[in-house]
Amino acid sequence: MSNTNSLLTIKDLYASVEDKQIIKGLNLEIKPGEVHAIMGPNGAGKSTLGYVLSGREGYSVDGGNVALAGQDLLEMETEDRARAGLFLAFQYPVEIPGVSNLEFLKASVDAQREARGEEAITSAEFLKEAKAACKQVNLPVSFLKRGVNEGFSGGEKKRNELMQMLLLKPTLCILDETDSGLDIDALQVVAEGVNSQRSADRSFIVVTHYQRLLDYIKPDFVHVLSDGKIVKSGDASLAHELEAQGYAWLQTAPAEDELEG
Amino acid sequence: MTEQIDKALAREYEAGFVSDVESETFLPGLDEDVIRRISGMKNEPEWMLEWRLSAFREWLEMEEPDWAQVDYPKIDFQSISYYSAPKSMKDKPQSLDEVDPELLRTYEKLGIPLIEQQMLAGVAVDAVFDSVSVVTTFRDKLEEAGVIFCPISEAIQKYPDLVKKYLGSVVPKKDNYYAALNCAVFTDGSFVYIPKGTRCPMELSTYFRINEQNTGQFERTLIVADEGSHVSYLEGCTAPQRDENQLHAAVVELVALDDAEIKYSTVQNWYPGDEEGKGGIYNFVTKRGICHTNAKISWTQVETGSSVTWKYPSCILKGDNSVGEFYSVALTRGRQQADTGTKMIHLGKNTRSTIISKGISAGKSNNSYRGLVRMNPGAKGARNFTQCDSLLIGDKCGAHTFPYIESRNPSAIIEHEATTSKVSDEQMFLCRQRGLDPEKAVSMIVNGFCKEVFKELPMEFAVEAGKLLEISLEGSVG
Repeated sequence: MSNTNSLLTIKDLYASVEDKQIIKGLNLEIKPGEVHAIMGPNGAGKSTLGYVLSGREGYSVDGGNVALAGQDLLEMETEDRARAGLFLAFQYPVEIPGVSNLEFLKASVDAQREARGEEAITSAEFLKEAKAACKQVNLPVSFLKRGVNEGFSGGEKKRNELMQMLLLKPTLCILDETDSGLDIDALQVVAEGVNSQRSADRSFIVVTHYQRLLDYIKPDFVHVLSDGKIVKSGDASLAHELEAQGYAWLQTAPAEDELEG
Repeated sequence: MTEQIDKALAREYEAGFVSDVESETFLPGLDEDVIRRISGMKNEPEWMLEWRLSAFREWLEMEEPDWAQVDYPKIDFQSISYYSAPKSMKDKPQSLDEVDPELLRTYEKLGIPLIEQQMLAGVAVDAVFDSVSVVTTFRDKLEEAGVIFCPISEAIQKYPDLVKKYLGSVVPKKDNYYAALNCAVFTDGSFVYIPKGTRCPMELSTYFRINEQNTGQFERTLIVADEGSHVSYLEGCTAPQRDENQLHAAVVELVALDDAEIKYSTVQNWYPGDEEGKGGIYNFVTKRGICHTNAKISWTQVETGSSVTWKYPSCILKGDNSVGEFYSVALTRGRQQADTGTKMIHLGKNTRSTIISKGISAGKSNNSYRGLVRMNPGAKGARNFTQCDSLLIGDKCGAHTFPYIESRNPSAIIEHEATTSKVSDEQMFLCRQRGLDPEKAVSMIVNGFCKEVFKELPMEFAVEAGKLLEISLEGSVG
């Protein structure tokens, strides 16, 4: 069903939460190494898309299909999607009191390696990698010993998400409004971290409400999501257009076939 | 998530096997004659028999308590057998070589090898099977240090003065209904005495195993730490999987004399009954310690088994500057019911107590914390800190907190914190999104919740407790 060299192919996706349809016929194709920004007004379904792709409970798919590297993503359990290389950076990361960051990360990495039939990483090796990742996202090493997100500030939580991404080395990263609640310095740290991870075999979906983040993470494509579908696609210049004109002009958009492609 | 929890709440109880050991078991029933026979089996001196009989007469006048947040059919005390012992124990084995291999295999299957060479270095074990102690390891090594660690039935013979002085001194015969019953019919248990200024050279532990059908287990443990001594003691318990309920009514007394310290840890894993609440152990236990000047008693318990638990390990802080601690993890699932907590009775000046209780409820279970902190008029400058957290898994279980606080000294300070939380969908989603399967996710979240208590357990047992929790939660989410 999908183009052989595409990493993610979403075809005519419909999805709902609590019987309310949020995604209404969404199409998207992402090739390895590409960065796609998804913008749109509040309530357009931006976060829902991330949750549907990652398999969050309570989000049901009503139609369409999604392939990740040729595999039928929608048939897979949440954890199997993660093991297949899908990573979601949360807008509001949740706390897990008493479970240390290091313990959590090691267990995650172990589970993913095991599922892929790779050899287990030793604790010493992992600690070394984790410390390097801390440094890269500008978090003190002591954060490895603290409970997952326990008492972290908003910026620290976002950097912690990024650290997880560095260690899990996913092929598809979905950043869900990673810029929300960040000051300009924190935003730069996060953006630099993301940019350092850009590579030919890693793609990104950057979900954001504001153009600001895209000054730091340059997207290859920008899509506008409105009322559950992509109503306009373009290159990075589209983001500036949106910044200047807002979303209103798109919400009464003409037929979608004129806008796709 | 709820549906998944319901679907998957079935788990294996790994200790549920029955050992094929030929036993000598009394016919069910309880009267003075039964008590005389128990006493006779143990060759007890007259004073011990009299003590039992007076307790029995008190018991007959007492009422079964009904204030706990638990619900179970009335117990028919005449349908229980009050004594059961492996036949091979009749001529007491003199060494490990003479112990019935089936008994040794039973403990090995439970992960407690009794052959000293194979044991965890530095842990001495007393193994109690139904009504008798079958073996106590490392006794020679302990004797060198002057430490007495033996079955209480043996202590009654060999150290009558110590037993007479302290038995019933912390938990009086008529303290409560089950304690009185225990005084009348207790069969075995452990006795520990640590001499003045001695640090016990190894961890001591007792493993209780109920095997025979329709029997009750009534064990009695007495630990006396003489002035300036120190001991760490652990008990573990398991029972076969049976359809009928069995009664376990133990009494544990701790005496910490001036400057002494006792650390008492429990990993309780009696058979909890099946999903519908059929079978399982009624665990009605009285545990209490008394602290003299500058002494310290620390209770740590990990409770995952039993169909009904009624248990309040307590400290009487009699001496000035004495310290009491209670760290508890109680996990209930299926139809299990637990009403557990502690009592901290502050009598002396500058006495301090800490209570950390973690209750985890899953399935259709009910989990209650019940705790009393009492500052008596003499408890000048006394302090208590209580933290009581409940964690709910699913939406059909219950968590309850019943704190009782009584302060009769204006200089005493009491702090109480309580929280209730759920294993949230967000937490589960985060874990699964990072590649963890749901079972691993739940056990990790629950282990994190219990961390403050687990760190109080001796190291070997902290690992064991973590594993036990993992097994207990197996299949608690789909």
